[in-house]
Amino acid sequence: MSDKFDLYRAESEEIEPPVILLEEVSKDYVEGQHALKNVSLEIRKGEFVFIVGSSGSGKSTLIKLLLKEISPTKGHIMVAGKELSRLRENSICKLRRSIGIVFQDFRLLKDRTVFDNVAFAQRVLEVPNYKIRRDVPRVLSIVGLSEKLRSYPDELSGGEQQRVALARALVNNPVILLADEPTGNLDPRNSWEIMHLLEEINRRGTTVVVVTHNREIVDAMQKRVITLNKGVIIGDQKGGYSHAKN
Amino acid sequence: MPKISTFFYGIGQGIKSIFRNRTFSLASIGTMAACLFLFGVFYIMLSNVEYIVKNAETNVGITVFFDEGITDEQIEEIRAQIMTRAEVHTVEYISAEQAWENYKNTKLSPELASSFGDDNPLEDSASFTVYLNDVAMQDSLVRFVKGLPGVRKCNDAAGIADTLSGFNKVITIGSAVIITILLFVAAFLIGMTVSTGVSVRREEISIMKLIGASNFFIKIPFVVEGVLIGIIGAVIPLVIIRLAYIRITNMLAEKFSTMFNMVSFLNVETVMKVLIPASLAIGIGIGFISSRFTLRKQLRKIEVN
Repeated sequence: MSDKFDLYRAESEEIEPPVILLEEVSKDYVEGQHALKNVSLEIRKGEFVFIVGSSGSGKSTLIKLLLKEISPTKGHIMVAGKELSRLRENSICKLRRSIGIVFQDFRLLKDRTVFDNVAFAQRVLEVPNYKIRRDVPRVLSIVGLSEKLRSYPDELSGGEQQRVALARALVNNPVILLADEPTGNLDPRNSWEIMHLLEEINRRGTTVVVVTHNREIVDAMQKRVITLNKGVIIGDQKGGYSHAKN
Repeated sequence: MPKISTFFYGIGQGIKSIFRNRTFSLASIGTMAACLFLFGVFYIMLSNVEYIVKNAETNVGITVFFDEGITDEQIEEIRAQIMTRAEVHTVEYISAEQAWENYKNTKLSPELASSFGDDNPLEDSASFTVYLNDVAMQDSLVRFVKGLPGVRKCNDAAGIADTLSGFNKVITIGSAVIITILLFVAAFLIGMTVSTGVSVRREEISIMKLIGASNFFIKIPFVVEGVLIGIIGAVIPLVIIRLAYIRITNMLAEKFSTMFNMVSFLNVETVMKVLIPASLAIGIGIGFISSRFTLRKQLRKIEVN
């Protein structure tokens, strides 16, 4: 482990510590062909970051690495204070408890109500029932679905389904919220609703990382934008999509 | 440390999964039941043959026939000689008249028996039946008795015992082969059932992994499913065997009552005392091992995104 990792760990309280830190990370699925090449980046607690790039730029690989679904060929990754290379198989679940994740296709359980879909995230972590009964309505009210507790996913619009997925990602108070193309299946109005919700969640202290293709939203929100191209970071600055070198 | 509620969750989900994959569950339960039924039948046959052999050895004892024209004094002398042996428990005298009477009653029809009138074709068939304390000493006693003056013939139970022991060996080998094959089939089918359950719940498992559910939490419903299939597959043949055993042994006792003076079966409680724990252990063991083995392979294939 490099000195830089130790430095970040010992950083003063004035600057928020990084919750995601990649140092010289490469990932080769086939030898010599880089899905990611020497990627170094840090995302600090409370940041709102967009990760943009065309298909094959390495965005999905980056998400898989952060969730420790795959391991890097080279380099070090730290997520929520955990050095992933040192994480044992049976500790991966603990890492994932600190990351809330939302997908483009919502990934809801169709045979369960809105309440049960959100409660599911707590049940699998063996949270006591009284806490589930307290937390689920609270988080559903944050995403504006208090009235839809007993509805099934098929009875909801796309935007509402994504809000359920957001509630499920948030109910266990994750340090990081990872949103992979959260507006990919939504119309512009619903897309903006979701983005406003993500902004609100970020204001409450959660670090939000959004992987997206939606140029209009990225441009309008004026947040930090990390641009990937062919596995390499080619831009990392505050501003819109148009500011990023692509 | 997993919570108690996780076990209840696992049991609930395991039961749901059995109903969800009805076809595979039924096939697995059926195969497991067939396998353990055969195991039960073979066990009953083996244990009863062993029991009968033991009875034959101890109850039939050895039969001593005398030379023609032997006197009562000589017969008493032979009894005294036999009684000197430590392994001898009792010596029972059967007169020629008793022997004929027994034969008439058990082997001949009343008409045929009466046609003999007062004749006794077994006139020279008076005998001693010698019961032993220690069956292992039978051979040496037979050698001793054969050497006594006035003894014409001495039959032992070794013939019966040898035949039954040979029969036992054939059953043991045959049953071991069949049961082993069936156990593999049952394990394979339980694995298939669990594998189907994993496929059906692929999305749910993927979300669980994503959310950070522990491996124990993800696996427990499937392990419970395998174990429950094993338990149900064990209980069904146990019930059938218990009911059938009582009926069949009663039926045999009624139909072949004469034979049952010599041969008796183990009682049902003795048989079940061994069969219940053995069948449950096999059912649970196979269910547990095959579901764990299948899960190890299947869960690796499920990605979280």
